[in-house]
Amino acid sequence: MPQASVDVTIINRLGLHARPAMSVVDVAATFSSDVKISNGTQTVDAKSIMQIMMLAATQGTALQIHADGPDAEQAVAALKDLVDRKFDDPE
Amino acid sequence: MKLTELVVEDAVIADLQATQRDDVIEELVAALIDAGAAPAELKPALISEILKREKNGSTGFGKGVAVPHVKHPDLPKLAAAVGVSRAGVDFNALDKQPVYSIFLLLSPKDQPDEHLQAMEGIFSNLQKDRFRSFLRQSQTREDILELLGEADAKQI
Repeated sequence: MPQASVDVTIINRLGLHARPAMSVVDVAATFSSDVKISNGTQTVDAKSIMQIMMLAATQGTALQIHADGPDAEQAVAALKDLVDRKFDDPE
Repeated sequence: MKLTELVVEDAVIADLQATQRDDVIEELVAALIDAGAAPAELKPALISEILKREKNGSTGFGKGVAVPHVKHPDLPKLAAAVGVSRAGVDFNALDKQPVYSIFLLLSPKDQPDEHLQAMEGIFSNLQKDRFRSFLRQSQTREDILELLGEADAKQI
């Protein structure tokens, strides 16, 4: 089964708060791969908003996104793009 | 962040009187204001901002819990209220199920990192089946405060 990983850094000022976390879930859920996000100490399911909120990913936090499944490459690319676009968060 | 540092004791309501989402939010905001955790004149603004946030996307993230929240520049510090509903409240939750446990969080606007740490404290516990189940079964404020203390001590 294909696997893919990418390192990202949270660059938006407010960090990965509830609204961006929901965007992560929405994007991750479009892929059939299993998608995980790790902050080095905790690894959580990118398709669960409650788990993502447990990362407390403030501005500057480094995260690793890992996908496992047929569309793993596309999933990590789409999520990296979302982080780099600051989650399209107006603030 | 520890729940006992975040949750205002006098804003813990073991048996919410309100049964509708908007009224539950008002009941919890009023409890925080009565407890001195937020200025009374902010009440209408806080309620309307929280409701606006809910309408943009429910904070009923499933499993019977909701975490309505607001960031406001005139809040002195982070403060959370906890409410338990016997009847269940329609929060337009993601899983379409009623909400029984509500953490309402007030955050100063200029402290995004502390806001995320508070959310982490809340969700790392709400993730646990035992925590949710004990919270929902709590009969009194004292039961809930004891549960929060046990959660902070990682005994749940």
